[in-house]
Amino acid sequence: MHTQRRITPFVFLAPAVLVLAVVGIYPLIFAAWVSLHTYLLAQPNIPHDFVWLSNYLTVLKDGSFWGAIGRTLLYLGVSLPIQIALGLGIAMLLRRGPWGRLRGFARVALVIPLAMTPVVTGLIGRLMFNQDFGVVNFALNSVTGQTVGTEWLGNPNLAFVTILLMEIWQWTPFAALIFLSGLTAVPVEVEEAATLETRSFWAMLRHIQLPFLLPALTAILILRTADILKQFDMVYTLTSGGPGSSTELINLYITRIGLRGAFDQGVASAQAILMLVLTTVLSRMYIRYLYRGDNA
Amino acid sequence: MTTHSTSAAAVPRTADQLAVQRARRSSRVKAALHGFGLLVVLFGTLFPFLWMVSTSLKTTNQIFSKPPLLLFTGTLEHYRTILGEQYNVGGSLVNSLIVATTATVLAVLLGTPAAYALARFDFRRKDDLWFWFISNRFMSPVVIILPVYLLASQLRLIGHPGLLIAMYLTFSIPVVVWICTDQFRSIPRELDEAAMVDGASPGFIFLRIALPLALPGVVVSSILSFIFSWNELLFALFLTRGDGVTSPVRATNFLSGYDVPWGAIMATGTLIVLPVVIFSLLVSRHLVQGLTMGAIK
Repeated sequence: MHTQRRITPFVFLAPAVLVLAVVGIYPLIFAAWVSLHTYLLAQPNIPHDFVWLSNYLTVLKDGSFWGAIGRTLLYLGVSLPIQIALGLGIAMLLRRGPWGRLRGFARVALVIPLAMTPVVTGLIGRLMFNQDFGVVNFALNSVTGQTVGTEWLGNPNLAFVTILLMEIWQWTPFAALIFLSGLTAVPVEVEEAATLETRSFWAMLRHIQLPFLLPALTAILILRTADILKQFDMVYTLTSGGPGSSTELINLYITRIGLRGAFDQGVASAQAILMLVLTTVLSRMYIRYLYRGDNA
Repeated sequence: MTTHSTSAAAVPRTADQLAVQRARRSSRVKAALHGFGLLVVLFGTLFPFLWMVSTSLKTTNQIFSKPPLLLFTGTLEHYRTILGEQYNVGGSLVNSLIVATTATVLAVLLGTPAAYALARFDFRRKDDLWFWFISNRFMSPVVIILPVYLLASQLRLIGHPGLLIAMYLTFSIPVVVWICTDQFRSIPRELDEAAMVDGASPGFIFLRIALPLALPGVVVSSILSFIFSWNELLFALFLTRGDGVTSPVRATNFLSGYDVPWGAIMATGTLIVLPVVIFSLLVSRHLVQGLTMGAIK
């Protein structure tokens, strides 16, 4: 009976652990091996020599790599605060007040961008921001009364703005829905009592609602940061990293080096391992913070 | 509201009336602004989606019309085109369906027993194991795709649907483990213990008692795992080819070439997105909990 109880959990866990180890861990070990060797996909005749850390040195000295990292951080630093601010505003609008049915519609509608296949989001962006017949330029022309013909996807800065706009469109609802669920936890009595003291929106936000919004904010910051560092699909179809490398986020850069152009697996693996170290450190911190004392 | 009138105590009656009037007007303005804000949110959220659907129903000439058409008589020509031999979007949708369904079923088969063990049994290093499962949620697929591409080319597995399904397990098993562990914890232990006293085996207790009670968690995590697999591009882009490509990969193929067939692209996009939108609306009540992996209840 006792030994049976000790073995049981392993029987339950073994299949999942084994499968994840094969598909998740074994490739990482192989990537670490490749990162220490010469490995050019386009030139299979060149032997896979052990080159110590030279691939890592190449990466660390590579201006384009740091450019892609910087671009990714800029993308994160601009789009995330906007998603959070807009999301909070939307959550406030949806929470209560008049227009019950309209609020219901809006709440349901928010689910649509979240479910949207990111590849398709990128394609829609490409259509809407088209210089000639895009609906965005049409709207700008109507508002300004001039023919602007903004070259959204051809201009490096505007292309970056475009990927930011589509990112914000797709993921602001995520922040809004999480804030909304945080706000519904605010006890009604507390809030009613507070309205007798102040009618200021900001005072209410700071003193009454903030404690309930903080866990939501933490979850948004952490999960969006993780996902933005993974961003690939939407940008791939919207701009493919161009024009030039103006929208080439880190994952587009790594796949270009390894699989879509340079085919230098040694260097790309070194980049990937560096990313792995970064995301592992971040995720350990994140998970501990998110689920503090809550689990296991 | 009376607090406003204290400074004008000399003429209380009219001041009060003025204050009431002002408050009424300001609340009406507030309500109007609130409604306007909601309309902006609704419009902004829906517009790109509706623009995709409407573009898919326009003739090619209508798509390029200036100014863009808002009202038009629709056509299904693009749907006929993409479902025909040349583009075979139908085949890619079937591939996506097979891959996403298989990955989800496997993730549930493998993930629910693991989640049950994590929720019910005590053993050494349980915390670490749990961390390892969920840390997969944070790992970039780029880190895995490079070595997997090399290994799979050596083994001549590129294009094999089983390979893509296996890769999708890297995120679908963690989703199932994550959500179902929470769900199993919420079921009273006494039920298990009572069954054990009656001599039921752990396997029987898991299958017949715990699993049926955890069904809501299983459903939500299945739907999320299906949606993630259905939407995925990066793995599919490098690991499938030819007739085996999934629908997101097929959608990117339209962009090569000089004339971009916008109608066909938007029709494809619509067909890819509709199933996930419907699924998400079905679980929208649980969506927040699912997407935050239970960090927010």
